[in-house]
Amino acid sequence: MARLHPNGPRPTQITAGRIGLYLFLIVAVLFFTLPLYTMVVTSLKTMDEIRLGQIFSLPSKLDVSAWITAWSGACMGTVCVGIRSGFWNSLAITLPSVALSVFIGAVNGYALSLWRPRGASVLFGLLLAGGLIPYQIFLYPMVRAMATVGLYNSLAGIILVHVIFGLPLVTLLFRNYFVSVPEELCKAARVDGAGFWRIFFEIMLPIAVPMVVVVSMLQFTGIWNDFLLGLVFAGRDNLPMTVQLNNIVNTTMGERTYNVNMAATILTALVPLAIYFLSGRWFVRGIAAGAVKG
Amino acid sequence: MQSAVSIKNLKIAYGDQTVIEEMSIDIAPKEFLVLLGPSGCGKSTLLNAIAGLQDITAGEIWISGKNVTWEEPKDRGIGMVFQSYALYPRMSVRKNLSFGLRVAGLPKAEIEARVSRTAALLHLDTLLDRRPAELSGGQRQRVAIGRALVREVDVFLFDEPLSNLDAKLRNELRVEIKKLHQSLGNTMIYVTHDQVEALTLADRIAILRDGVIQQLASPAEIYQRPANLFVAGFIGAPMMNFIEGHIETGDGAPVFESHGLRVDLSGYGFRTPPASGPATLGFRPDHLMLDGAASGMPTLPGRISVVEPMGSEAVLWFDWAGHSLSLRLMGDVTLRPGDGLSPGLDIAKASLFGTDGSRL
Repeated sequence: MARLHPNGPRPTQITAGRIGLYLFLIVAVLFFTLPLYTMVVTSLKTMDEIRLGQIFSLPSKLDVSAWITAWSGACMGTVCVGIRSGFWNSLAITLPSVALSVFIGAVNGYALSLWRPRGASVLFGLLLAGGLIPYQIFLYPMVRAMATVGLYNSLAGIILVHVIFGLPLVTLLFRNYFVSVPEELCKAARVDGAGFWRIFFEIMLPIAVPMVVVVSMLQFTGIWNDFLLGLVFAGRDNLPMTVQLNNIVNTTMGERTYNVNMAATILTALVPLAIYFLSGRWFVRGIAAGAVKG
Repeated sequence: MQSAVSIKNLKIAYGDQTVIEEMSIDIAPKEFLVLLGPSGCGKSTLLNAIAGLQDITAGEIWISGKNVTWEEPKDRGIGMVFQSYALYPRMSVRKNLSFGLRVAGLPKAEIEARVSRTAALLHLDTLLDRRPAELSGGQRQRVAIGRALVREVDVFLFDEPLSNLDAKLRNELRVEIKKLHQSLGNTMIYVTHDQVEALTLADRIAILRDGVIQQLASPAEIYQRPANLFVAGFIGAPMMNFIEGHIETGDGAPVFESHGLRVDLSGYGFRTPPASGPATLGFRPDHLMLDGAASGMPTLPGRISVVEPMGSEAVLWFDWAGHSLSLRLMGDVTLRPGDGLSPGLDIAKASLFGTDGSRL
């Protein structure tokens, strides 16, 4: 082959490795989208059509009755009110839990990184350790503790549990974010006469907006998708959507209504999915955010 | 006269590591004091202690006749400018300037007036609604200076304010700061590691090393009569030339001897009566005269190794008795590497240091 005189952009070459890479990516995409496709398709079929066993075929005619049943009529044991109440329970649990844990975590991270109180590093180490220990270990002592203070089986109780278990990670993320903020910013504000809270609310929190968004999303999806804590701590009246979904899907009486199960599952997963789709840009920005400019 | 800032027996230590050692300085009203030293000498720590941002181990700090040792930064009557500008990123320039005043709860009209006055002084009028990210480095530092000015206090503290700027902007802003000091007449304490900034701005320079003041004097005094070897080597570019030798005080005038060089010291202003013994002779590149031999000066004959032209002047490096010495010449230079020369030494402007490094 004649040697080309290098000039302009380097020519692209298609290698075996590149073809393999694309093949892998295509397979990966199929691997993750096929189950979703099956769920959507099945939820729109009638039970008669499902019994034909062609799980990849499109529904012969769109039937949304399964969705309606899942939302407002599916049975959990003997109660047939659908997953609707679980949706509102999940919102009532998730929104305050996210707001509280993000706020407290932000204050923690700010104090640990910019004020460095005595013993800050020890405290931070303990927090990290707390985040690394599997939380199932704490279940029993936590139940006893909640029962002692009278918060077991209550909405306040489950919110408190979520806040406590969320704090190590949230604090870690905020601490690492605020560590990149120049210390001089804090000093300048102190010379200007601002105290701990004013510096936090007027200077640091506005800087940390991308982090607040990311952490809120992480916490929201984490708490929304939680099953075990909700099952153990929420009590019968506050069972979150995930627990109710399980009750619907695992009901042993009569025929398994696959279309309703699929619809209920999609409904439960819809909220976190929507959050990721709507705020993906913010998510990437927050993860990538490092030093503060200006 | 009452001092603007007075530091009394100040000591700062972390555990058993001492950063500032028993330091006392009195700074007069309207004085421009520069704290100069290599990194890690404690100059920024000292400034932070004056501002109240740094805990001290012992001693007192007085500002405008008031003991502020235990006061909060905002109650000390100081304004401070930081190296990294430290502007509040999410606030406009106007908000940045007015933040301290809003915290202090001043009336709106007063805030408005002070901000516009400061903005006019620093030519920030057209930038008031911008965010810090939309400003150039020089503009940002002007806003940071404005944030200190708007507080209308007696004492301004500068912590290496020009270090983050490029050379051209640094020169411009240096002149602006000097003008500002001349027109406002405030007391200013300015930390830097740049000797040019120190020499051009200061009324007095305090040279620090390992938390100890090496010399506290006017720029001219520090340049002409450095108190010890450290100061002599730290100030001046190119560095002062040093020759090791010894002093003979036989009969007649004392003489400095080194490698066959004999310098009559009768023209040197000794601090203490001269005694025989080893010593270091230091002289600046400007104090060697190409035509010195004609006027009877002792000469240092050698051969040029390098010529560094710098526009209006040039530095010649030549070898003498195993030393590489430098000589500063004004104007155009026709000499080339390899040429011989025999410059004369002006002993009245030279410095002699004893074995402990301090000036003789």
